Amino acid sequence: MSTMLDVDDLRVSFPTRTGTIEAVRGVSFTLGRERLGIVGESGSGKSQTGRAIMGLTPSHARISAKTLNFDGIDLLTAPQKVRRNLRGSRIAMILQDPKYSLNPVMSIGRQIVETLRTHETVSKSEARDRAIAMLEAVQIRDAARVFDLHPHEVSGGMGQRAMIAMMLIAGPELLIADEPTSALDVTVQLEVLGILDKLVAERGMGLIFISHDLRLVSSFCDRVIVMYAGRIVEELAASELGNAKHPYTQGLLNCMPVLGTDRHPLPVLDRKPEWAL
Amino acid sequence: MTAGVSVENLTVAYDDFLALDDVSIEVAAGESYGLVGESGSGKSTLLRAIAGLSPVAGGRILLDGKPLDIRHRDKAFYRKVQMVFQDPYGSLHPRQTVDRLLQEPLAIHGIADSERRILRALDEVGLGSSFRFRYSHQLSGGQRQRIAIARALIIEPQVMLLDEPTSALDASVQAEVLNLLEQVRRDRKLTYIMVSHDLGVVTHMCERLAVMKNGKVVERLSSADLVEGRLREDYTKNLMVASKGFVRAEA
Repeated sequence: MSTMLDVDDLRVSFPTRTGTIEAVRGVSFTLGRERLGIVGESGSGKSQTGRAIMGLTPSHARISAKTLNFDGIDLLTAPQKVRRNLRGSRIAMILQDPKYSLNPVMSIGRQIVETLRTHETVSKSEARDRAIAMLEAVQIRDAARVFDLHPHEVSGGMGQRAMIAMMLIAGPELLIADEPTSALDVTVQLEVLGILDKLVAERGMGLIFISHDLRLVSSFCDRVIVMYAGRIVEELAASELGNAKHPYTQGLLNCMPVLGTDRHPLPVLDRKPEWAL
Repeated sequence: MTAGVSVENLTVAYDDFLALDDVSIEVAAGESYGLVGESGSGKSTLLRAIAGLSPVAGGRILLDGKPLDIRHRDKAFYRKVQMVFQDPYGSLHPRQTVDRLLQEPLAIHGIADSERRILRALDEVGLGSSFRFRYSHQLSGGQRQRIAIARALIIEPQVMLLDEPTSALDASVQAEVLNLLEQVRRDRKLTYIMVSHDLGVVTHMCERLAVMKNGKVVERLSSADLVEGRLREDYTKNLMVASKGFVRAEA
């Protein structure tokens, strides 16, 4: 399996009035055409890792890395123009909440067409056809009608599927999904995950799946990275989750109330200061 | 000292749309009762209708067996029934300190001795007095939800309405808040009505639950029934499947 993305010692820090906040502190991993999960709590740096790869880190933040390499392109030194061309066409990102991340004053169809026409030279009518085909691929019934709807006129699950369509239309090789289903209903979550799973497999994309839900990630990905306080504390194959060694990973697994178990009170994480070292 | 709540044939209408359609549930004093269903099923509306935040078009609400004057709830009602909302980022006043936030319900109900009560409330939710003069933006999500719980508890209610109290929180923080809620219920013998979309959370917290869909209760069952899969409705079975997590379809 060839390596598509190579991250070595990635650091992201934010200078603030009260000192520098180190959000990501030395994260290293490589990714081929596989599904990689990144798990952690809020503030563990998982989203900032994804954003740094995508090139969406705010401009006042400082990024450094020994290597940050996507298919032979050094992302740290690449000029903005190169990164702009990569973004959306070869690396795409699905965000958490379709309510906030879709443009509210633009129809869903126009947003998808915009992505396509930014990266490829296609006629308007062809773009429209391809956008509708893409909406059908994410299992939206009556795609031609949905094409002309605005984001507020569709449900959360539909909005998220529209976002998946928008991100996949330019045929990216790497997809970063940042909590793609956390804002959705449980019943809809599975549908959206199923669609995502199918498309990723069909198109042979690499996937980075960022989530706080360890069980979900392990059922969806091949490999899981667990982050705590900006560092990777454990990396393991999804099937090996039961043998997790780090107390933080074990704590995350244990603290969820599970149907059919009777544990009162629930075990809580006993955070050790040395985890954050 | 606790109170039971029963809801009889409650209807909530927004123009032509029936958000709650003839819903009845009965919650015994000291019981913890769950409401599950997907968004738009009316589970939050039912909770808000009990709290007086949704326009009730018909039906009765009984608190401790006494019918409630739905149009004119008195202070005594709010003294008995308190609510905790889903989003701890939206439910605390951004320009008030924790002290001011906890002062408010005491002032409304004319309760003296605020100093001692505030310190005790903070202590009870595991935060300590050092949090007293902070603003909510200086707190984490879990700490904010603890403040929201303290604000509800400070006037010593008998019934707590919990609208997805942990769904905005991390899994590890969720466990802490659920443990806190259980502890408080045990200590004060409270009645809980809890809304959640997570069947794991509901069966952990509640003895009985109602499954809602399109503004109606489609199934009432005990947590033990749910765990053992004694379900009648397909809708409940779907929710069960969904709660088990993602399973890759075999090609």
